[in-house]
Amino acid sequence: MRECEIVVVGGGPAGLTAAREAGVHGAEVLVLDRNDRAGGQLVKQTHRFFGSRAQRAGVRGIDIADVLLESALDCQRVDISLNSDVMGFYPDGAVAYEKEGTWNKIHPKCLIVTTGAAEKFIAFPGCDLPGVYGAGAVQTLMNVHGVRPGKKVLMVGAGNIGLIVSYQLMQAGVDVLAIIEALPEVGGYTVHASKVRRMGVPILTGHTVTCAHGEDHVQGATVVQLDESWNPIEGTESDVECDAICLAVGLSPLIDLLWQAGCSMGFVPELGGYVPMCDENMRTSAPGVYVAGDARGIEEASAAMMEGSLAGLGSAHALDYVSEEDYSRRHAEISSELQTLRSGPTARHILDGFGKLQQVSPRTQRLTEGSEDTC
Amino acid sequence: MSDIRIGDHPILDFVTGREVEFSFEGQKLTGYEGEPIAAALHAAGIKILRYSNELRRPRGFFCAIGNCSECMMRVDGQSNVRTCIEPLREGMRVQRQDGKGDLSAGM
Repeated sequence: MRECEIVVVGGGPAGLTAAREAGVHGAEVLVLDRNDRAGGQLVKQTHRFFGSRAQRAGVRGIDIADVLLESALDCQRVDISLNSDVMGFYPDGAVAYEKEGTWNKIHPKCLIVTTGAAEKFIAFPGCDLPGVYGAGAVQTLMNVHGVRPGKKVLMVGAGNIGLIVSYQLMQAGVDVLAIIEALPEVGGYTVHASKVRRMGVPILTGHTVTCAHGEDHVQGATVVQLDESWNPIEGTESDVECDAICLAVGLSPLIDLLWQAGCSMGFVPELGGYVPMCDENMRTSAPGVYVAGDARGIEEASAAMMEGSLAGLGSAHALDYVSEEDYSRRHAEISSELQTLRSGPTARHILDGFGKLQQVSPRTQRLTEGSEDTC
Repeated sequence: MSDIRIGDHPILDFVTGREVEFSFEGQKLTGYEGEPIAAALHAAGIKILRYSNELRRPRGFFCAIGNCSECMMRVDGQSNVRTCIEPLREGMRVQRQDGKGDLSAGM
């Protein structure tokens, strides 16, 4: 079986940064990405990033993807394999992936899981009709493929994704009827909320969608106001006419490989659901398995990049590519940047989540348990 | 160009492949080579991609990144092709999938 020092699963912000960091120290890295293009979800982010200049604030996500890929591939022993869909991680340490119809296996010394997240969904009558999209799908369709999702959109969710995608819909010439949010306040940054409000889009907090109308595709929706206990207030229902409903109701970590690896996991709503326990090097409880980015807890791309650096550094150090002195210096540097990023009020729930993860009783579910000798 | 395709955009320039013909349920359509099949169908105004396994309800584009399985169609006789990530090629024969599709086809 092919051997490799470090395999990174997922070539998004966390994965590419991990590859770069490990590669700079001289480790051999293979990034496996299932898409035909690297960058993960950055490839559809047309907005400029916030944060510090070191984290590429002011640069659009689409451009960051190219920069990250280049700087990873600048390292002599870093390679990327696209169209490579990782399907399994076996007890003998083999990573199996499908590439263009062929089944491949590779045996890494360290595995860095940077698989990102999947969009959450809310259930209501008609929620399965064509015309109900995830917000990420709307971004992909219009910002990558240049196709409008509809003419009139109802946005559900006023977190950063809901706000940013609403703005991007308007840039693409699509009407956004309203942004509705079940919580009593807007979850996203004020600067994003103000921008869409200035463009005349109402943000209705304490509102949700109760059903989608239409036979073959979305033709409208019923919106209702909620009381403090999240119950619909009778008499407040109103029907809106729209041909698309966009759900921006959160993300959940893609952790299938971590379950397969037998990592200890804990359920923490603040982090998006089940997430792996890990140390300050992003090392999970499974030997040689690291994690970074949204798979470790839903945050945003800048944090994913710093976590990627930590995982890349940690694995390169474990493979003896980094001296103790260099390791300590670099680790302190990245950790302090990450701490600064998480110092604002909007990151408080992340820190609360990490705190909770320390307290929960971990769950392990080795999917391949009992089948060691058959692999 | 259909009005579903974005023409001018304040930030983005869309670089498309050449225009190619393909068929959908026997009907001749055009799209751009290399774009996802589901994007080409969407641009042609087609929203129903498959019918659900149990209740045969219409289903369409949902996640766009190959996660959710709502866009699985029959392409050149093969079932369960995730059309939101499968690139369009000239002459492709695309059909709506009914339920789980035929697993023996295309093997």
